[in-house]
Amino acid sequence: MALLEIRDVVKRFGDFTAVNHVSLSVEAGEFFTLLGPSGCGKTTLLRMLAGFEQPDSGEIILDGVNVANVPPEKRPVHTVFQNYALFPHMTVAQNIAFPLKMAGVPQSEIAGRVDELLEDVRLQEFAKRYPHELSGGQRQRVAIARALVNRPKLLLLDEPLSALDAKLREQMQIELITLQKEVGITFVYVTHDQGEALALSHRIAVMSRGQVEQLDAPEHIYSYPKSRFVADFIGQCNLLDATVLDVGTDRMTVEIAGVGQCHVLPVAGAAAGQKGCLTLRPEKIKLGATLPADDSDEVHFKGKVHDCLYLGDVTIYIVELDNGMLVETMLPNSAPGRAKFFDDNDLVELAWRYDAGHFILG
Amino acid sequence: MSKPVYGRVGRFAKWLISAPPLVYLLIFFALPALIMMFAAFRFPGDYGGLLPLTEVDPETGKQTVLITLDTWRDYLTFENFGRFFEDAIYLELFIKSFWYAGLTTLICLILAYPLSWLIARSNKKTRDLLVLLVILPFWSNFLIRVYAWMIILGPQSYFSRMLNGFLGWFGIEPVSLLFSQFAVIIGLVYVHLPFMVLPLYANLEKHDMSLLDAAQDLGANAWQRFWKVTWPLSLPGVWAGVALVFIPALGMFAIPDLLGGTNSMMIGNLIKQQFLDSRDWPFGSVLSIMLTLSVLLLAAVAAWAGSRHKKKD
Repeated sequence: MALLEIRDVVKRFGDFTAVNHVSLSVEAGEFFTLLGPSGCGKTTLLRMLAGFEQPDSGEIILDGVNVANVPPEKRPVHTVFQNYALFPHMTVAQNIAFPLKMAGVPQSEIAGRVDELLEDVRLQEFAKRYPHELSGGQRQRVAIARALVNRPKLLLLDEPLSALDAKLREQMQIELITLQKEVGITFVYVTHDQGEALALSHRIAVMSRGQVEQLDAPEHIYSYPKSRFVADFIGQCNLLDATVLDVGTDRMTVEIAGVGQCHVLPVAGAAAGQKGCLTLRPEKIKLGATLPADDSDEVHFKGKVHDCLYLGDVTIYIVELDNGMLVETMLPNSAPGRAKFFDDNDLVELAWRYDAGHFILG
Repeated sequence: MSKPVYGRVGRFAKWLISAPPLVYLLIFFALPALIMMFAAFRFPGDYGGLLPLTEVDPETGKQTVLITLDTWRDYLTFENFGRFFEDAIYLELFIKSFWYAGLTTLICLILAYPLSWLIARSNKKTRDLLVLLVILPFWSNFLIRVYAWMIILGPQSYFSRMLNGFLGWFGIEPVSLLFSQFAVIIGLVYVHLPFMVLPLYANLEKHDMSLLDAAQDLGANAWQRFWKVTWPLSLPGVWAGVALVFIPALGMFAIPDLLGGTNSMMIGNLIKQQFLDSRDWPFGSVLSIMLTLSVLLLAAVAAWAGSRHKKKD
């Protein structure tokens, strides 16, 4: 049985339904992420897991016990808060010792456990410092150590890296993964940053308007988004409106509005005449001045470069097809002797295989 | 590193801005304090005040200085201080005054803390209204407010009659509320309460509520959240309030005068008596100096205890 099971949970604030019939389960030892834009209900769901909000209906089963109405201080669940919420009048060591003292752990045991955690987050020499004497990244590590020290069954992390700069964030992501493997505690992580979610998680629940849109492993969420929302929210994606013309066994033919026909992988439940869209990631599209047309699995279109976004390692090209449609694609800047391959208004050719994209009905 | 060019001007401007209050304090605080300190070592005059150090010839109008290197023993003395320590009654009065002021401070703290918390946690509109209500009594005269208490605690008031009627049911003799230590404490608490509420409110209002969430999340119950988080973080406000209540309460004379009986005199009353009734300025000065010294001593002990406490952590 799963460590955490959320069953049909609903939370309303007045007329607003923050969490709308959400059910999901988290396995022991998992790094689970709730991902979504602000207002999607992920933070409300997290606060219900911590105990700061009670669900209007539904059950939250933690290790076989329904904790939906258990107050926060009585749950074996600890939280790393977005602003860290370190106690300013306590040293690093006292902050970390706090949950142990509250739990009535004998004094003789506390020092050892605090030292252990200080070592885990590499802050041994900062034990006697006060929070205001630490950098942002160090405070973050104290907050994590404090939440982990009493070995909760579940560690909740509420956008813990959002206050850090990009470089430090990447370093902390690596530390978080390592730490989670080391301590083996189940993490439930809330973020609106899709890159962070993809990099850290074993599984991601993408939320929108109080509901789970898709729950899957990061690579599945990215490659096979179930809805336009997920495709659009996670990474960059071309959404090409299309109508199904013919459904075959290993591929189906669709008509992209104003562009032409192409083959795509069949999807369950598709029938001729249905509308939907083809999701195409920029990196899955081939781009060249001319492309050999020897592969019958590919479809080719001509166009010209409308805009370039030079990012250093790669350049994003916005290509305008002959009928005026804009398609986003990218190339690594591997052209020898040149900074990038194309400039604005260069004539180019696009191609993608039938299995490069993923068709979404509706 | 080069100094900013405006540094000199800035320093001059700083002096210019602080000069008026500085001069004011020098003339009306430092100088009188020095005069009083000097007075403590002089003899009282034959008709009150101080024994003059100069003499004016009524016919010539010529002024002669009486105090010289040979005669200073006739004009300066430690006797006034000796008198303070000889009679235990003065020390007892000091202890009683400290007890009144201390009790007043404690009651003010106990009453003000939840009130300040409530004000700090209410929404902006209610908060402004509540703060206004706290300072509203300052809009009326202090003596009038104390007189109001004389009426409330007086034997003919509804309050006294109701209380005594209630006590009567249990066969308890009627009590007189006015002119008692009880009335003095009520008066002292009433007058000083806002001085405890305001600094506490200013402190509690700035508290980061997410710290309480964090404490609760980490297993602290309501009492532990207060005692481990809110209380230690509110200590600067508590100390400010304690100082603002304790020190004025210690020197108060109007309230014991109006509400107190014969046995609820405080140092303030004695000092006032020395200066205005007995006209013994030297001894009045001694009492004032002893009061100031004892407050300074108390503050020093508190500061020392505070620094020791910090080191121990």
